[in-house]
This record gives sequence, C-alpha cells and structure tokens, in this order.
Amino acid sequence: MQVAIIKYNAGNIFSVDYALKRLGVEPLVTSDKEILRKADRIIFPGVGEAETTMNHLRKNGLDTFIKELKQPVLGICLGMQLMCRRSEEGDTDCLGIFDAEVKRFRPRRHADKVPHMGWNTLTETGTPLFDGFKGGEFVYFVHSYYVPLNEYTAAVTDYIHPFSAALHKDNFYATQFHPEKSGSVGERILTNFLNL
Amino acid sequence: MLAKRIIPCLDIKDGQTVKGTNFVNLRQAGDPVELGKIYSRQGADELVYLDITASHEGRKTFTELVRRIAAEINIPFTVGGGIGELKDVDRLLNAGADKVSVNSSAIRNPQLIDDIAKHFGSQVCVVAIDARQTVQGWKCYLNGGRLETDRYLMEWAHEVNDRGAGEILFTSMDHDGVKNGYANEALAELGDLLTIPVIASGGAGRKEHFLDAFRLGKADAALAASVFHFGEIPIPELKAYLYGEGINVRQTI
Repeated sequence: MQVAIIKYNAGNIFSVDYALKRLGVEPLVTSDKEILRKADRIIFPGVGEAETTMNHLRKNGLDTFIKELKQPVLGICLGMQLMCRRSEEGDTDCLGIFDAEVKRFRPRRHADKVPHMGWNTLTETGTPLFDGFKGGEFVYFVHSYYVPLNEYTAAVTDYIHPFSAALHKDNFYATQFHPEKSGSVGERILTNFLNL
Repeated sequence: MLAKRIIPCLDIKDGQTVKGTNFVNLRQAGDPVELGKIYSRQGADELVYLDITASHEGRKTFTELVRRIAAEINIPFTVGGGIGELKDVDRLLNAGADKVSVNSSAIRNPQLIDDIAKHFGSQVCVVAIDARQTVQGWKCYLNGGRLETDRYLMEWAHEVNDRGAGEILFTSMDHDGVKNGYANEALAELGDLLTIPVIASGGAGRKEHFLDAFRLGKADAALAASVFHFGEIPIPELKAYLYGEGINVRQTI
C-alpha cells in the first residue's frame, strides 16, 4: 500500500511521517499531484495558521485537487479545519468538504485556557477510524479553533463545550487531535485508517 | 475533561541522561531514547529533554538525539537548553521536537518569546522560570540557577504570558532536589494570575506531592526527574493513585 503525505508549508509533517514508519509504512512526502493521485491513502497534516496556509494551497492548485480526491483522505488538526467551509481564523474561506464553520474557543471562566492543549477523551466515536473503541480513550490536542458539532461529527470531545474531535464524509476523514502524538490509541486510529 | 499531565524530565549531557540534586552532583540515569520509550509505555503524558551541554559539539549531538527521539517516541516532547535565537528553535522543531523551552535567553531578550510565538505559534513556546524565595520575594535566576536577576517571579510570569508563551514551567530552586513537595503557594498564585498552563517543577518525592501540586498548587502538569529515573515512583502507580484521589489523569493501562 502506498501512503502519501501532502507536503506544503505546514509544520508537523515529520511527526506523521515518523508515526507511519513506526507502523511499518514508508510514506511519500510530496506535493507532486501525479504521485498523490496514485496513492492508496492520503494524509493532509497541518500545524499553522488558516489564512496563510489556504493561500499557499490555492497558489499551488492544491485546493481543488484535495477536494476531488477519491481515495481515503485523513486531515489532521489544521488539515481538518481547512477541510471545512470557512474559518474564523483570518476570516478564511476554506475547502468546503465539510459544510461547517471553524470557530475560536472563547473561555467562560479563568480555568478555560486557550489553546486547548493536552490529553482529552473521545466519546460518541462513530466511524471505522475508531473501530474497537469503547469511548473514553485519551488523545492529544493542541488547538485554539474548533469545529462545532454538525452532521459530519464522528467523535466528540468536551472542552469549554462539546466540539467535533473528528469528522467523516464519504472518503474524507479528519481528526482535530494528533493521532501521531497520541500514543498507542493514536496508533490504533492510524492503523484503522490504513485498513479502511 | 482535559487531563492533568505527568511529565518526566530528562537532563541530557553528551547524549546521556543525568540528574542533579540542587543543580549539582550529576548522576547517570540511562539512555534518553530508551528511557523515553519506557516512560511513554508507562503512561507519561509528555517528555521534557533539557540539554545541559554547553559546547557547540554538544549541541550537534543533542540535535541528532532529538531526531532519534522524534522517530521513536509517540507522545509529545519538549526540548530546551541553549536556545538563544529563532534559528535554534527552527533547528530543533525541524528535528521533530513538538515544543521548545527557553529560560535564560528569554530573560536576557524577552522579545524572543514574541518572535517564537509569531513564527511558530504559542503552543511551541514553553518559558522555563527558575526562582527562589528571597527576603524581597520570589526572584528569577539565570544559568541553571547560578545568577540572580532583578526580575520577580510573578511580574516576569505575567510578562511571559502577555508576550505569547504557550506554557510556563516553574521550578522552585528551594524545593528542587529536596523531595519535600512542590512550591504549592507560589504555584497557586501563578495559576490564578496567568491565562496559560503552568507546569510545576522541583520537589517531587512522594505521590502525595503530585496530588498537592494539582489540588493546592492548581498546576496543569507536574514535572519530575529522579523519582522516575530511579524507579522510586512508578508512573502507573502514581496515575492510579491520583485517579483514586479524584484527579483527572490519562489512564493507559
């Protein structure tokens, strides 16, 4: 199986690369559309800022390209947010794969620190990404913006209020948390994605 | 609910883990990558690797080590020690670190915090503060605790927060290595003052000390070294204890 990681101006690409290698997969890290198109699985990682990243994707024609992919695609963190319709971060129009709007966390009390950073639990896990999950598994988050609950929500986490920890629509999967940094639970999610 | 974190800290010299008592008398405590893997399997929530080598050659060795850690460890890790400018941050993040910790260089040049936050995001910027109680109050120290500054802990922590740091790692030098508990009063004051997470450091000797850091000190995470390195407190046992006391910790086993 050939797994490709979309290479663009975002951080965090090494961690995903390393995580797949630990699972015995040798991913290609590339922005070459021909190679990406032929891959069996595609990972769209991301750490960074929405507006700058969307501009970069548009400039390289990756915006329409990603939307038209037919194989299973996994967006991670900013990758997931960019797969939504619009983000409050920089008031940015995004890819629109998921008809949802990305919002900024607004603290309700002093203890609500932003970014939401650390280990939190998954509930209502409802896609093959979470096969074998019982609910209550901990995964690692680092983010200041979130996707509200919507019809594509595939897992829920509670911080300040419940939000989408994962999304799923057709061949598009996405996680707000970092499976590549989520210990053995994260490895199960990546393995499930490879086994789709 | 967001879990309270348990963070083993590994001091690295010439590619090996060492741990001092009161910042001197270094003792060997194993291979950093192997140790990190063991901690990760035992349920550590993050790891901190501090490079205490001063030489240029040592920096290169450490960067290589960061690459090996990133390849083998499946939980987040922070690296620190000798980070003086943005290009050091860039080098370490490129080697695969998730966060960097700055200390003396941030006191000497506070703008570094703004720059790291702007270029790489607040979440990668941990500011470590070493402080000690003096007759005038809590004062900050430089160079691994050897040099007193004119900065006060609360005032500096507040500035660090405003400049865009993602977390504060507060070490009480009075408590470090003494194994008599964390500086819970100062921790609680920081927790009330700041809008970013606080990592408690210095003083862990028993499981109860971690509970106190979370309950009395309101810390978001607790860091320790020797109690983990020498097996005095096994992490699974610590987490089971904290969970039993009603602290929300990540259970892995």
